[in-house]
Amino acid sequence: MDDLGFIAGSYVVTFGAILVYVVSVVRRSRRAGRDVPRSERPWT
Amino acid sequence: MTTTAERNVTGTAFTRGLGVVTIAGIVLLVILGLFVSPADVNQGESVRIMYAHVPGAWLAYLAFIVTAVSSAAYLWPRTRSLTWDRIAGASAEVGVLFMAISLITGSLWGRITWGTYWTWDARLTTTAFLFVTYVGYLAVRGLGGSHHQRAKRSAVLALLAVLEIPLVHFSVELWNTLHQEASVAGRGTDVTMDGLMLFCLFLGVIVFTLMYVWLVLHRQRALHLQDMLDDTGLDAALAARRAEANV
Amino acid sequence: MNDSNRSLASFASTWSTARSMLGKDLLIERRGRVLTNQVLPFALIVMVMFAFALDSDAVLERVAPGLVWLATLFSTLFIIARSFAVETADGALDQLRTTGAPPAGIFLGKALALMIQLLALVVVLIGAAVVLYRADLSWEGGVLLVTTALAATSGLAAVGTLYGGLSAGAKGRETLLPLLVLPVVAPVLIGATRATESAFGTNGIAVGEGWPWLGLLAVFAVMFSVTGAIAFGSLLDD
Repeated sequence: MDDLGFIAGSYVVTFGAILVYVVSVVRRSRRAGRDVPRSERPWT
Repeated sequence: MTTTAERNVTGTAFTRGLGVVTIAGIVLLVILGLFVSPADVNQGESVRIMYAHVPGAWLAYLAFIVTAVSSAAYLWPRTRSLTWDRIAGASAEVGVLFMAISLITGSLWGRITWGTYWTWDARLTTTAFLFVTYVGYLAVRGLGGSHHQRAKRSAVLALLAVLEIPLVHFSVELWNTLHQEASVAGRGTDVTMDGLMLFCLFLGVIVFTLMYVWLVLHRQRALHLQDMLDDTGLDAALAARRAEANV
Repeated sequence: MNDSNRSLASFASTWSTARSMLGKDLLIERRGRVLTNQVLPFALIVMVMFAFALDSDAVLERVAPGLVWLATLFSTLFIIARSFAVETADGALDQLRTTGAPPAGIFLGKALALMIQLLALVVVLIGAAVVLYRADLSWEGGVLLVTTALAATSGLAAVGTLYGGLSAGAKGRETLLPLLVLPVVAPVLIGATRATESAFGTNGIAVGEGWPWLGLLAVFAVMFSVTGAIAFGSLLDD
């Protein structure tokens, strides 16, 4: 039972950490994007 | 000046498509890895951790190689461009993230398989050193100064890391041959797998690669925005100062 | 000037720059006495604190070599920080760059000064280990010990000068330097400790087993000295 907890925990940690990182990157770029108009971004 | 909050600042059609495919891949990986695939003959259920741990480690190494290559591209006069610096930084960040995940999942796997959260074999110890080295790299990126100062400092550091890691690995391996316990821990992680298990592993590598690409693209663009803001901030301050002088 | 004349001239210029830097750093140390009055006492206190923490003569005798090199490593961080604080205090390093002095020479000079200070430190610490932790030394062990000290301190000096230059003048560098330097010098810690153990015959290890570790230390020192001489220039250009 303990083992299954570790296994599930691994997947939670893995995708949870990635999700937290994604949220932080998106948040930071939204904040920066407010002051840089679309026309000046090289990828649009 | 935008009045409505933008939802998707660093996205393009490509990243949106990539994101959808990645999420589908993640769902498939979790279903197959956690539920459908069989348990291992030797490791039991704990092999399921491998489907997240091994791809995480591989992509971390790939990320650091990308950082080193981008750093070299920045330092080379003919290809010097801050884009390389930003790719190096973004890749290192994602690399540290995946490395942390890999270390944690590996530790949990070790707890199940060997009963210990940690052991000092060459591969694990070098991985821990790699992790700390790149945390230091990210700290150096935050030291301040002009964009090019940041770029040059971190580029040199990234290339020194490429030099340092084999040295550390070699020393630890040599050190471990003095201790008998190393041989027990050193095996273990290499498993012979078959069929669906092997497929899950490959799927994991593919999914993590997709995640890596998506993350680095977005993070690199976010860094670009940040750098542009820093520049315009400086320009605005200079313009204000000149305006003062002319009044 | 043809090519060989030119490279000979630049080599001479590198060497004379190195000698000037070396002389300057050692002179500053002689006048300020930071190494003798501050770093050395710190290292000795660290050795004593290890004795308090480990609380067993048998254990201390076994781990004495490791403690010597640990104390050396921690002290190295202070010496590096000081070596570059001296340079950035009045913009001395920038002024030096504008004179066109070859950066490899600056690197070599500072690294040599650092190495000499580290050697002095290591000699005292090994003496302290012999006294405090009751270690013994044979003749072959003595030769191994001397060469180990030379190889290890040169490696530490090369890494220290390189990373000290990288973080010089940057805010937050005091806490950053240990984080950058310690992972890199792990091979030196491993190699120097194992070689010193062999030299002292700790744990019944034969003297002969120490020489391969000396090889590791030498490779490390050469790799980082060469890399440092090459990379130092780009770190100074801002």
